[in-house]
Amino acid sequence: MARRARAALALAALAFPAGAATPSREILNASYDATRAFYQEYNRWFEAHWREKTGETVVVRQSHGGSGKQARAVIDGLEADVVTLALAGDIDAIAERSGHIAPNWRERLPSGGVSYYSTIVFLTRRGNPKNIRDWEDLARPGVSVITPNPKTSGGARWNFLAAWAHGLDLTKTEAGAREFVTRLYRNVPVLDSGARGAAMTFGRRRLGDALIAWESEALLLQRDFPEEGWELVRPSISVRAEPCAAWVDDVVVRRGTRDVAEAYLKGLHAPAAADLARRHFFRVGEDKTINGTRLVSIDAWGGWRAAQRTHFSEGGTFDEIFDPGRR
Amino acid sequence: MLKQRTPLPGFGLSLGVTVFYLGVMVLLPLSALFAASGALPWDSFVRAVGSPRAVAAFQLTVGTSALAAALNVFFGGLTAWALVRYRFPGKKIIDGLIDLPFALPTAVAGITLTELYAPTGWLGRPLAALGLPAAFSRVGIVIALVFIGLPFAVRTLQPVLEDMDRDMEEAASTLGAGRWQIFRRVVFPPLVPALLTGFALTLARGIGEYGSVIFIAGNMPLKTEIVPLLIMTRLEQYDTGGAAALATVLLLVSFVLLFSINALQAWTRRRQGASA
Repeated sequence: MARRARAALALAALAFPAGAATPSREILNASYDATRAFYQEYNRWFEAHWREKTGETVVVRQSHGGSGKQARAVIDGLEADVVTLALAGDIDAIAERSGHIAPNWRERLPSGGVSYYSTIVFLTRRGNPKNIRDWEDLARPGVSVITPNPKTSGGARWNFLAAWAHGLDLTKTEAGAREFVTRLYRNVPVLDSGARGAAMTFGRRRLGDALIAWESEALLLQRDFPEEGWELVRPSISVRAEPCAAWVDDVVVRRGTRDVAEAYLKGLHAPAAADLARRHFFRVGEDKTINGTRLVSIDAWGGWRAAQRTHFSEGGTFDEIFDPGRR
Repeated sequence: MLKQRTPLPGFGLSLGVTVFYLGVMVLLPLSALFAASGALPWDSFVRAVGSPRAVAAFQLTVGTSALAAALNVFFGGLTAWALVRYRFPGKKIIDGLIDLPFALPTAVAGITLTELYAPTGWLGRPLAALGLPAAFSRVGIVIALVFIGLPFAVRTLQPVLEDMDRDMEEAASTLGAGRWQIFRRVVFPPLVPALLTGFALTLARGIGEYGSVIFIAGNMPLKTEIVPLLIMTRLEQYDTGGAAALATVLLLVSFVLLFSINALQAWTRRRQGASA
C-alpha cells in the first residue's frame, strides 16, 4: 500500500513539477512569434540595466505565440506583466474585453507604445522567374502567392491592409480595392494560420511564386537560407506595420511589478534597444518611405478598431472574397 | 448469464464516485459550452452555424472523417486479423507501432505528413507528377485522419478476434463450407459490432481533430476548412458565442452519429442473438 501511494505521489510529482523558488521579482512578457530572438537579447540587456540602476536582480521571462492567441490568453487570465503584440488591435481587445489594461494605454508610453516597426515586402524565388515587381503582379493569373489567414494571424492582417492600400491607391475607390484583394487572394493556394506556417509553406514545401511577409521576417529567411537565393521585392506602396507594447495593469498591481514593467517598456525606446531592434531587422524612426516604398499607417483606416470591423470581422471584406455568391 | 448480485462490495460508493467524476470531468465543461452558445441570440446562432462557409465546413469535416473511418475499419481490420491469426517475424514490433499515432503529438503528425505529401515531399512529388492531389487538398485531410484514427480501429477489433473460437470455422470447414463462405457466414458476423465500434471511435476522433489536419489541409474557406479551424478562427476574433455555437452543433452531430451507430450495433447484436 505504502509503495503504491509512493508511486502515485511520484506520478503526481511528474505531472506537476514544483515551481522553483523565486527569490527575485520576475516579469513575464507575452509577445508574438516573430520577436523571440529580439526579446531574448533585449531581456538580457534590461536585466543588466536594471541591476545597474537599482541593484535589484529581476528576471524577465517571455512567452511567444500568435499575436491574437496571446491576447486571448491574457484576457483569460495569463499572468503577463507586459504584452508586446503585433498590432494595437490586439491590445485594444485586451483593454475592451477584460479591462486588464487601462483604455488609455496608448498615452502612457512614448510614440503610443511603438518602439520599432516593419513593413510588408515580397520574397520571390531565385532570379524572380515570374518577374514580380509590385502588387499588381501578385494578382496576375498564373502567379501563386503565399500569405497566412488574416483572421487567425495578426501579421497577415498587415499583409491584407497593404494589398488594400495598393488597390485603393490605384483605383481611388473602395470597390476597386475590394476587386484587387479578391483577385490577389484567389491566387493563394494555402491559407496558413500563422506567419511562421506560411514561411514554411513557401520555404520548405516550395509552394508559391511569392511570399508576402514582414520585412524583418523576409530578411531573416534570406539570412537563414542563403542557398535558396530568394529575392526581396519592395512594392511601391506598403504599410507601416507597428507592433505595440503595454503593461497589464491588473497583473502588475497584483504582483507589485509596475515599476519594472514600465521601465522594461520605456527601455525599448533607449538607443541600445533601437540598435538591437535594427540588428533583428526591425526599423526604428519615423520614415515615410523606405527604399522607394511609400508607407501608409493604420491611421489611414481610422485606427485598428475601424479596420478590424470593415475588413476582418464576420462578413467583412475578407469574408466577401470567399463568399460563394460572389465567386 | 450475468449474476444479479455483483460480488464486488461498495456498489453505492463506486456509483457515487462515477457520477461525480463524470459530472466534473465531462458534464461540467459540456454544460459550460452549451451555456456559452445559449447566451447567443437565436438569429446570431443560426447565422454562425448556417453560413455557407460553416455548412461547407460541416460537410467536409463529417465527410472526410467518415471516409477515413471506413478506410481504417477495412485496413485496420486486416491489420488486426494479420496480427491475431498469423505468426511472422517482427509481429511484436508491428503490434507496438500501431499505438504510435496515439502517443505522437498531433501537430508533429500533421507536419510530418505534410512534409511527406507536399508537392516537394517523397510521396507528394510522384503523386503530383501523376496529377493526383495530396497535401493541401481534401485528400490530405483524409490522410491525416487515417493516420490518427488507425489505432482505434485496430485496437477495438483485436480483442474480439483473439476471443473468437476457431472451432466454428473448423466445424464449418468439415461440413463442406468454402473459405469465402466461412468468412462471410462464420467469421464476419460476430465481428460486425466491433467493426461498428471501431468505425464510431475513428469517426468521432476525426470530427474533433484539429492539430494534425490544419497543417495538411490548406485551410481554404469552402474547400478545405474544417469545423475545428473555423471554431479557432471565431475565437481568434473574440467571437466566443459563435465559436460555442459551432462547437455545440459539432458536438450534436457527433452525438447523433455515435448514437445511431450504437443503436445499429445493438440491433445487429440482437439479430445475431436471435439467429444463433
